[in-house]
Amino acid sequence: MQQYETVIILTPLLSVEAAKEVLTKFNKLMTDNGAEIVHEDNWGLKKLAYPIQKKTTGYYHLTTFKAPGEFINKLEVEYRRDERIMRFLTVSLDKHALAFSEKKRSGAFNKNKETKTEEVAQ
Amino acid sequence: MAKDQIQYVTAPKVDENRKKYCRFKKNGIKYIDYKDANFLLKFINDQGKVLPRRLTGTSLKFQRKVAQAVKRARHIGLLPYVTDSIK
Repeated sequence: MQQYETVIILTPLLSVEAAKEVLTKFNKLMTDNGAEIVHEDNWGLKKLAYPIQKKTTGYYHLTTFKAPGEFINKLEVEYRRDERIMRFLTVSLDKHALAFSEKKRSGAFNKNKETKTEEVAQ
Repeated sequence: MAKDQIQYVTAPKVDENRKKYCRFKKNGIKYIDYKDANFLLKFINDQGKVLPRRLTGTSLKFQRKVAQAVKRARHIGLLPYVTDSIK
């Protein structure tokens, strides 16, 4: 199975519980279709570089998962159908990307992580 | 004050024969992360356009990857498509 990662942007209008519910819904969809979730990362509410659907902020969420290729189409259809998701991007990870994301998760780039948390705080 | 008043007849030659190099090849970076907008800022001008290789010195192989990463970052709203000045 190929490894993928997907970034989704949820509308800022959701409450914390509602946002969690969306995420659990999609996690369930993934595991039900034979995908295996490797890692999840919540970037929190971030300012967008340009307005999307007339909103200037969005909740970012990154999921890394292993899945059979046919599932990606199905997942993206579900993303399009869900109005709470403003934007999504699914990318398949090649060997360099895999090495990079593993290194990042193990905390090899602590400098990067610090700068990222600062951005979220603003 | 005195320093400000120094004037040169011809512009001083600074970094005259510094050769450009590909920073990815030099540092052994194999993957360019589209999620790191701060890093990608080095490869776009203040309008948000991708800088040419002749300015950044990036090799062709990595220029393609930079361009791909910038486009992905734009799609997920980390970088602007068009702007007057970044920040």
